[in-house]
Amino acid sequence: MELTVLGQSQTEISAGGCASSGCGSNDDQLNHLPEHIRAKVHNHPCYSEEAHHHYARMHVAVAPACNIQCHYCNRKYDCSNESRPGVVSELLTPDQAVKKVMTVAANIPQMTVLGIAGPGDPLANPERTFDTFRQLTEKAPDIKLCVSTNGLALPELVDELCQHNIDHVTMTINCVDPDIGAQIYPWIFWKNRRVYGRKGAEILIKQQQKGLQMLVDRGILVKVNSVMIPGVNDKHLEEVSKAVKAKGAFLHNVMPLIAEAEHGTFYGVMGQRGPTHDELQELQDACSGDMNMMRHCRQCRADAVGMLGEDRGDEFTMDKIEAVDVDYAAAMVKRAEVHAAIEATLAAKQQKKNETFISLSSLSIPKKESRPVLMAIATSGGGIINQHFGHAREFLIYEANAHDVRFISHRKTDLYCSGDDTCGDGESVLQKTINALKGCEVVLCSKIGYEPWGMLEEAGIMPNGEHALEAIEDAVAAVYKEMGEKGLLDKKPETKQRATA
Amino acid sequence: MALQIVDGCVNCWACEPLCPSKAIYAAIPHFLIDAKKCTECDGDYADKQCASICPVEQVIVDSQGAALNPPGSLTGIPPERWERVKAEIQAR
Repeated sequence: MELTVLGQSQTEISAGGCASSGCGSNDDQLNHLPEHIRAKVHNHPCYSEEAHHHYARMHVAVAPACNIQCHYCNRKYDCSNESRPGVVSELLTPDQAVKKVMTVAANIPQMTVLGIAGPGDPLANPERTFDTFRQLTEKAPDIKLCVSTNGLALPELVDELCQHNIDHVTMTINCVDPDIGAQIYPWIFWKNRRVYGRKGAEILIKQQQKGLQMLVDRGILVKVNSVMIPGVNDKHLEEVSKAVKAKGAFLHNVMPLIAEAEHGTFYGVMGQRGPTHDELQELQDACSGDMNMMRHCRQCRADAVGMLGEDRGDEFTMDKIEAVDVDYAAAMVKRAEVHAAIEATLAAKQQKKNETFISLSSLSIPKKESRPVLMAIATSGGGIINQHFGHAREFLIYEANAHDVRFISHRKTDLYCSGDDTCGDGESVLQKTINALKGCEVVLCSKIGYEPWGMLEEAGIMPNGEHALEAIEDAVAAVYKEMGEKGLLDKKPETKQRATA
Repeated sequence: MALQIVDGCVNCWACEPLCPSKAIYAAIPHFLIDAKKCTECDGDYADKQCASICPVEQVIVDSQGAALNPPGSLTGIPPERWERVKAEIQAR
């Protein structure tokens, strides 16, 4: 369903930081895509911003080998408390992976997608990856299959991949310029030898572009992931976005570099910083002029299980599921019922959203003077405000302006550093959270304690618990309207946050 | 004449399928090379295959114990810098 912004031109919308058809509406960012593509992605949590509130995904760690080295990755490290790509607790054989997928699918009926995302490169482990897919296509036909790859081995494997009923592939493409590539990839393994530096990067880029083209030609949806590395490829990623869009990728996901020294990566050890929230958002907005941008990615582990932003992997370790006997036929019936219920909820929500949208656009706020406002939402899923401020490990960031409400990003409160120099050792968790919310003027949560309330106010962020259990977008719209009525949208917000940081 | 896999191996499986002599096998706590089978890829490849894909420095060593991927050669992190950062992290 195409939502139009009533009475406003596209130029005016872009003043709010949104320059394209990719994010101009308050609805899912995939709206403008052709029907057959939307049908493929509408219940895929990693592709559809709307779906991620309702559907779950899982990754199985069957693919440990890799054929390239990236400066943001260290193959030595894994940690059960960390959530970042490449991290796993337990490596599985294809048979174990199949058992795990079927157990999870029976226990979490919202699970729609099984992905293989490493910890290495799934296509550098073709036997293990394809064996898992082959078994699942046969035993669990109601689960969509997905794979992420660096693309080096993609061209030679594309045809085999297509046999496994894959309709989505994620490719990590950080550059299309080998000189920049040489600063990201120290080496690749190619035709039985290690190839270093620019030469290696050149081969990798060529294979990625060729593989992307081959996938698109075969009707496979391709999402491109890029890691934003300040001073290395940050200025270059707009060009990457253009290049991959021209080739037919349908979604671009620009993710922040995660580089702490304790991860032991080249960038971590050498002190390369990650982007700030503002820098990331600015780049995503800039790229959105050319391409549909993804903003809800959680950069999850290669063995993540459950909804995006949560990890239920601990419930499904091999020792726990080995003895479980799954009646998958019964599970499929239950899954179909649960999915139908979710679809009904979404349809109802869509209906309501359209109503909200109309009432929003009729707000009596003078458009010229009202400015966009960022709000942070504490939610544990379902698209509603349902989490206590103090329990939130991440916040969803929404922007409201005179015309619409849009999802901007999510911010983790304690899992990675944004590169801000205020993150000293003595900093309290609460102060870290407040720093993570920089730029937001309102926090919507189900409840909040006295102490954080005071500190948030002090930092210029208004806590609000009045919209508990309401739909996020409706609540954001209502709060924005209230701010307009109080005259808070006429002037620039006070920036007290720096002073308290 | 045989290579060895020593402590530090992360069991990533990358080397195992590449070995032309099928000398590499999964073991606990880490992969091992059967010295009787290892030919150091002589006659098959110009580069020693396990050492050419191994992502961890100092894990593949020759019969003298010398690392085929010495410190800094794969990550690009100068060894003295790594030592310094490691000490800083451990002191926290």
